[in-house]
Order: sequence, then structure tokens, then C-alpha cells
Amino acid sequence: MSQQFRINEQAIDVPRLRDALLDHRAGAFASFEGWVRDHNDGHSVQRLRYESYVELAESEGARILEEAISRFAIVKAMAVHRIGDLELGELAVWVGVTAAHRDAAFLACRWIIDEIKARVPIWKQERYVDGDSEWLHPVA
Amino acid sequence: MRVRVLYFASLRDEAGREDETLEVASGSFAQVYEAARVRHGFSLPRERLRVARNGAFAEWDEAANDGDEIAFIPPVSGG
Repeated sequence: MSQQFRINEQAIDVPRLRDALLDHRAGAFASFEGWVRDHNDGHSVQRLRYESYVELAESEGARILEEAISRFAIVKAMAVHRIGDLELGELAVWVGVTAAHRDAAFLACRWIIDEIKARVPIWKQERYVDGDSEWLHPVA
Repeated sequence: MRVRVLYFASLRDEAGREDETLEVASGSFAQVYEAARVRHGFSLPRERLRVARNGAFAEWDEAANDGDEIAFIPPVSGG
């Protein structure tokens, strides 16, 4: 399979994902990792909770990867997004792309993470050091 | 007609539940959201949401059918 998108309740196994992308047609591999950060918008963040409409997220995510395959000269693309409670520093999202050459790998990787953030039904709840929490519903 | 509705993120918190069955007059998804918004006092206006029918994105002006599973999708914030 040349593309796969998954929502994961468990920690993301990066070496296994990277191995799944190995391909003799590829001379380049680019990846993006989104990590849980300790601050946002002036708040001190203690942890995050992600939730998803998993059925639709997986179909929309697969559509994004299929579009990436047709838009860019890439070989394979995979992405995994974590849901549930995440601590600071944990890996929330991983995108990996292989291509014959680096330009397409970098461009497609950037495009995929931007589309995931814009289109896939996943929501982030920030839990702050002061005990408050808030769902993020950014204005497009 | 009866439809099953799914709530996520802040909508779920405001509704105090993640899904429910609603008995609504025949109409569009927009009308179903309006009924749910009045019932639960949702703060997000429909213009900021997307809607899905049975696991696939749909348009607000499409007619809801009896038995549909309708999801109201607040602005997403993955990544």
C-alpha cells in the first residue's frame, strides 16, 4: 500500500512506521513530528487531550494522502495521529513521506500536515497548569 | 423522524453527552442543528461547523433522512 492514515490510541511507534516506508524507488525520506508543547497563547499547558470522530478522520486522512500522491512526485506517504491524554513532550502526530528526490518529499510532508490540521476531525483540549481547560476551535 | 446525532469536543461538553436520538420535523441538516442548538444552548453558530451523514461529510441544505447518524463537526484542531 502506498499510503496509510491512522488514528492511534497508543503511543506512535516511529521506527516501525519509518521501516514501513522503506522502498528502493525512494532516495529521500522526510518526516514531521508534532509534539505536546508546554504553552499556547499565553497559557501554561500541563497536558493535552485529543479526541476524534475516528471513522470520518480515517477516511478524510486517507483522502489527503491519496491527494498528496497525485499532487507530488512521491512514492509513499503515511500519517498517524494520536488521541487520548498526552503528556508534555509526547508525540501527537507523525507524517512520513518518501520520494525519489528530496524536494517532493519536503513539499508533500508540509502539505500533508497542513491539510490534516485543516480538515481532519480531531480536536485538542488544552489542560492548563491553573486547572482550567479549553477545547480549541480555531477560526479558519 | 428520528435521527441519531453525535457531539464532539465543546459541543459534547455543552450537551453533557456524546450522542442522542432526536425526534425532529423533516428538514435539512441545518434545521436539525438548530433544534439541537436550542435544546442544549450550543455556543458555536452553525456557520462555524461542518456536518456529516453516516460517516461522510455532507452539506447543510441536504435533507436529513429518518435513521441518519448525523455528526456536527466543530472547527478542528488536530496536529
